[in-house]
Amino acid sequence: MNKLFLICFFMLISTMSWAQDKVEMADVMRSNGKIYTVVAVCLTILTGLFVYVFLIDRKISKLEKENQK
Amino acid sequence: MPLKKSWWKILSFVLLVYTIVAGFLLDVPHLPILNETIRNLYFHVCMWFGMMILFGTSFYYSIKYLRGFNYRNDIYALNYAAVGCLFGILGYATGFEWVNVTWITDQGQSVGSVLKEPKLIGAAIALLIYGAYFVLRGSFTDIDKRARISAVYNIFAFAMLFPSIWIIPRIVGSLHPGAPGSDSGNPALDRKDLDATMRMVFYPAIIGWTLLGVWIATLKIRIQLMKDKNIINE
Repeated sequence: MNKLFLICFFMLISTMSWAQDKVEMADVMRSNGKIYTVVAVCLTILTGLFVYVFLIDRKISKLEKENQK
Repeated sequence: MPLKKSWWKILSFVLLVYTIVAGFLLDVPHLPILNETIRNLYFHVCMWFGMMILFGTSFYYSIKYLRGFNYRNDIYALNYAAVGCLFGILGYATGFEWVNVTWITDQGQSVGSVLKEPKLIGAAIALLIYGAYFVLRGSFTDIDKRARISAVYNIFAFAMLFPSIWIIPRIVGSLHPGAPGSDSGNPALDRKDLDATMRMVFYPAIIGWTLLGVWIATLKIRIQLMKDKNIINE
């Protein structure tokens, strides 16, 4: 009886963990590789922002040099 | 721009590229309701961490100002607080986008219960207190008085962060993932709870975003230092 209970218990646990794995994730985007497009878009924006900030930085450096004269 | 001065700017860029690549591609825990939005930890939560660090820096320079009355420190304090507020507003905006698809759509919370969320109220109070800091600054014509009183006020504003965003939301429980009262674990900084792979992205992400904020703040500071060149006498 005890064994039977244990077996049922472990079966229940395995179904529980199986149910947890079924949480819906963006698996489609991963399998067809569209997630890489998202990454590329974000990287483009990030690079653009950094280039912009860098250019402002350089401009200010130039101004500072002129100001010191 | 000499490299010695700018290594941390490059570090910021590298860390943020890593944040986006690893943040989108690495596997994350599969949790109901959160689903893929768990990756917001690398973006939304980092805004708040960046805000706290920038406000902390502003607080540091306010104390420094009061110790020597060097006007330069007042400029530092003002601009770090300003960029901190920008991060806070971005944190708010990203939070609202996220709330729409999780709490309201998936969890079925009413707008009323979302508005009662202690972290939302606490963060709003904190941002409003910092908003008053800028109003206070604007209301002075005397530069010394402005610097002195706003430095004292800035210390108060930073002190108010403790109850409004750190203590009270942890006491009363909140809807946020990982908050006490919710059934999904502990706050993001609890090392026992946050998934190991997520930590590998989360901590570098905080540093990367914060350094970007510091960079923007230093740009603003340098402009103002040039503008006020005649006032600063060292």
